[in-house]
Amino acid sequence: MIDIVIFNFNHMKYIYIIVLAGFLISCKQNKSNSNLSENKEGIVENMKFSEDSVQLDIYDFNGFKKFLTKKDDKIYVINFWATWCAPCVKELPYFEKLNTQFADKNVEVILVSLDFPHLYESKLKPFIVENHLKSKVIALDDVDMNAWIPQVNKDWSGSIPATIIYKNDDSKFFEQSFTYESLENEILKYLK
Amino acid sequence: MKTPVFLSMILVTFISDFTNNNVALNEGYQIGDVVSDFELKNVDGKMISLSDFKDAKGFIITFTCNTCPFAIAYEDRIIALDKKYASKGYPVIAINPNNPEVQPGDSYKSMQLRAQEKGYSFPYLVDEGQHVYPKFGATKTPHMFVLQKTKQGNVVKYIGAIDDNYKDTEAVKIKYVEDAVDALLKGETVKQTETKAIGCSIKV
Repeated sequence: MIDIVIFNFNHMKYIYIIVLAGFLISCKQNKSNSNLSENKEGIVENMKFSEDSVQLDIYDFNGFKKFLTKKDDKIYVINFWATWCAPCVKELPYFEKLNTQFADKNVEVILVSLDFPHLYESKLKPFIVENHLKSKVIALDDVDMNAWIPQVNKDWSGSIPATIIYKNDDSKFFEQSFTYESLENEILKYLK
Repeated sequence: MKTPVFLSMILVTFISDFTNNNVALNEGYQIGDVVSDFELKNVDGKMISLSDFKDAKGFIITFTCNTCPFAIAYEDRIIALDKKYASKGYPVIAINPNNPEVQPGDSYKSMQLRAQEKGYSFPYLVDEGQHVYPKFGATKTPHMFVLQKTKQGNVVKYIGAIDDNYKDTEAVKIKYVEDAVDALLKGETVKQTETKAIGCSIKV
């Protein structure tokens, strides 16, 4: 039995086609955010995904801090998200596209999941597999939010999605959703 | 074809700058501000205003919803807050700020169902038209505001999280909202007036 699922993220040109032999892994999170459609393009990427192969590093804030303070001339795009956050899931393809499009421009996207730890195995890892996320995904697990949220940015109320874009000491914080264009525009400012 | 591309780039820049500016502006009540009263529909169909609570000494206002995992994680603690403080003069008022067209699980019907299932002892109001949450400057669910009734009106005394551990009630070290209300009941000043927590962005 072979099930073919096509995720067409809104206006994105990318169509991810996941061919899964055996059981179709259900994707409740995505059904509301992506259009399942027939494969008319004939583009087929046959990929085998396995949740066991997903490497998920989990940090408390102290361990995570190093991702916000690198000074290696690279442009870092740090996106705080969660599988349960619909606007976050909606904008993920834009971050994925950015990571691919600007890979040779010294830009790196890091997706910081704020999913509940007890759902890492049952929700987060399957999500990473099903959506074939190529950007680096790490998990931040630190309950003392009032201690660490202001350290990320003093103006952050704590709602997600939220994103930091920085290069060395030049850092910008966004408590908002992005379109691909607005995201790319921010990166282009660093590349001028 | 060059002109439309150029124009769209300008437009994109404009939109992007516009949204950025929005982020920088933190409109909404600050600590010490007087809250203007509102009239919102409760799950029982009645309209509710703060002025209806003649005997209240203040309010524990929570912007919350049916669907956000953090709101769900804190639901029992919100119910417990009302049980503990309504009789002392600080009732809980829950307001669902989400647009049900964007978040169908937060429809008025779903709210009624949820309130009934969990036996809410407090009003669960719908922010129809989404006019009230921006006044408060609420950005997410759950988002708490403790108000004290004074001669000047209902004054904001605390903004933020319920406590410091969403994961485990037993492991909570600081109960921010309880500490704030306890201080107000004793006639003391609230020590920690603002805290931050992760929450689900309000669906507009």
